[in-house]
Amino acid sequence: MAEEKKQPRIGVFVCHCGTNIAGSLDVKAVQDYARTLPGVIVADEYQYMCSTPGQKKIDDAIKEHDLTGIVVAACSPRLHEPTFRTATKEGGLNPFRFEMANIREQNSWVHMHDYEGATAKAKDAVRIAVAKAALLEDLYPKSVPVEHAAMVVGAGVGGIQAALDLASAGIKTYLIEKTPTIGGRMSQLDKTFPTLDCSQCILTPKMVDVGRHPNIELHTYTEVEAVEGYIGNFDITLRKKARGVMTPTEATAKGIVGGGCNGCGDCDAVCPVIKPNPFEFGMKPRKAIYIYHPQVVPLIYTIDFDSCVKCGLCVEACGEKKAIDLNMEDSFETVKVGTVILATGYDAFPIEKKREWGYKQFDNVITSLEFERLICASGPTGGHLIRPSDGATPKKVAFVLCAGSRDNTGVGKPYCSRFCCMYSLKHAHQITEKIPGCQAYIFYMDIRSFGKMYEEFYYRIQDEGTKFIRGRVANILEDAKTKNLHVYAEDTLLGQPVDMVVDMVVLAAAVEPTQGVDTVRKMFGVSCSQDGWMLEAHPKLNPCGTTTAGVFLAGVCQGPKDIPDTVAQAEGAASAASIPIHMGKVELEPYFAQCIEEKCAGCGMCVNLCPYSALDLIEKDGRTVMHVTEAKCKGCGTCGGFCPGGAIYMQHFTTPQIVAQIDAFLLGGEQ
Amino acid sequence: MAEGEWQPKILAIICNWCSYAGADLAGSARIQYPPDVRAIRVMCTGRVDPLFIMKAFADGADGVLVSGCHFGDCHYIAGNYKCAKRMFLMKSVLKDLGIEDNRLRMTFVSASEGAKWAKVIEDVVKTVKDLGPSPLNQLQQ
Repeated sequence: MAEEKKQPRIGVFVCHCGTNIAGSLDVKAVQDYARTLPGVIVADEYQYMCSTPGQKKIDDAIKEHDLTGIVVAACSPRLHEPTFRTATKEGGLNPFRFEMANIREQNSWVHMHDYEGATAKAKDAVRIAVAKAALLEDLYPKSVPVEHAAMVVGAGVGGIQAALDLASAGIKTYLIEKTPTIGGRMSQLDKTFPTLDCSQCILTPKMVDVGRHPNIELHTYTEVEAVEGYIGNFDITLRKKARGVMTPTEATAKGIVGGGCNGCGDCDAVCPVIKPNPFEFGMKPRKAIYIYHPQVVPLIYTIDFDSCVKCGLCVEACGEKKAIDLNMEDSFETVKVGTVILATGYDAFPIEKKREWGYKQFDNVITSLEFERLICASGPTGGHLIRPSDGATPKKVAFVLCAGSRDNTGVGKPYCSRFCCMYSLKHAHQITEKIPGCQAYIFYMDIRSFGKMYEEFYYRIQDEGTKFIRGRVANILEDAKTKNLHVYAEDTLLGQPVDMVVDMVVLAAAVEPTQGVDTVRKMFGVSCSQDGWMLEAHPKLNPCGTTTAGVFLAGVCQGPKDIPDTVAQAEGAASAASIPIHMGKVELEPYFAQCIEEKCAGCGMCVNLCPYSALDLIEKDGRTVMHVTEAKCKGCGTCGGFCPGGAIYMQHFTTPQIVAQIDAFLLGGEQ
Repeated sequence: MAEGEWQPKILAIICNWCSYAGADLAGSARIQYPPDVRAIRVMCTGRVDPLFIMKAFADGADGVLVSGCHFGDCHYIAGNYKCAKRMFLMKSVLKDLGIEDNRLRMTFVSASEGAKWAKVIEDVVKTVKDLGPSPLNQLQQ
């Protein structure tokens, strides 16, 4: 806090940013105006302040004029504050003696046709920044150690890749998955475009690696219950949902040597309860004690307690292994990790909301994910594509693209779901290949085959004889007798209406964030875009990071992307998440609350307001005063906003600093 | 800026994580709005001391906008709730002082809502322009 008081000596630097700023306001006038402000010793301007010569101006000015504070009027502090803090530091000043005036994002770019208005606003912004700069103080970031462990939430292909990378880099990694098995959406797919690799064939080796990796601690059927702490030191509580079945490790821990589930399936054979298997979208049954599919990792059965009748037949069948515990309850475990990767994936948009396409009204209208299961050798039909209504092999199949995507009606999603074009091309290929004489029709708006070898794949599908009709499908109706479907559309290339009768329709449903993911997102303090996808820190320059330090994103949770992009982002996120761990420590911005003890009345109002339990009341010199645990304080300032005695000093956002800004704006205008 | 037109003085106090980022996004997207508002950045709207609002009106502000994250999306869990509660109180205090309570406004703009930010500014500027100079400013004259 306040030590020796030196008269403020401030340097102001106004950036042109090419014509980004200089094109919409008078940089020279702002510079001249800055010179007239109290405390300003030097005011300069430059084409690009963030360039090396621009930064050098700051460095030189500090040395030449013995400055105490720096103001740069340029872009947003969210973009270049770190750059100019470094420049300030290089000049020999404490980096926190820097203040930024945003005259680009919040001025020149939004007032492009109001030169005078923008110039006046820029002058005010500089005046406000100078007022704060005059009161800035030396601050020192707090260095905290980073736990040598990471967590990945969601074990689809993105989460699996991220976990494997982190673990292979020598980091203890907790991989959390809410369903009983890892593998995610990719394990439900049959083939993958454009290479036509079998999805399971390329995924299962990775799943097996996860199960085996000494640095990965896998928690399936587990959800994140609570999150506390900050980068380097997250305390995450996991809810391990009652599975009813013990792993060999758990059994051994309970003294049942050689016991625990080995996946033999004897329990499955005797269980009398039959339910639809969600992995197969209900097209195949499962028992109350079940595994999703034969390749599950870990190979452990799970009891669905909502449908279990507790008859005990499975317990008998399990015999000596004693793996089944019908009275198991949810258990909780708290783990400490340094960084976190969220890879929570997506769900299909409930396409029945688009009533005009008849999903869930007509038997033979299915979704693409259902098609994947029907065409997959391990699926409910052993890979034979059949019509749900009568089990017949279809001869004409229509694929409807943009089903709920690129939809501005308010029912669907405005965005492109990005991978539907490509998997529908793949589907068309698969039926052409598997069912001789079967004709595929693709109703499309645009075919977006943007990736490597994708356009070539599109040509191939055209050559194979699939027919492409450019037009959004208006309506689908069923012939009640034959259960055939009439697809109504306009062929916008021929300018003709289309009424096509097909045996089956496959809707390429849009994707949306996984149901219930908002709870997880909010626990980690991650923002979302308007569509609910998690928001990256910067779309181009920090696509894996979030605004919560130490939390990273991988895969579709951040926005629709195909498998190659998901894996690439997962590797990026793993790399980003491993950096603080390998550094061993991180620096926290020193925006801590401080107690001005002589003003503190010890009322304790702030203690209850602090969301991080960073504040306590302590006895000091016979008085009760507030005390801040800096490592817990995240610098929101909520305590400072409330303190009735003005006894809380929010570093870098002090009451005198903010009041000075307000006064500078309202009282200090141009005469 | 039309010649001779009265220019209101409007202060915005906005949070770093949502509204400031949303305002930046409006910039990147070049969404145009009136240049009448001057913004001060705080880390969280929870930091907004009632003193700041009173100081602004006492200094001659014609309007004050406080903008933060949507409920449930606060970077610091619930700072925006705490601020919003205070805003109700502030509005009633302003009323008692003879200042129209819609000169003080709290909005919630997320980091992805650039267009909404522009709309908020338009609304706030219009509201304040319709009200005219703050009664405190009229008093001084």
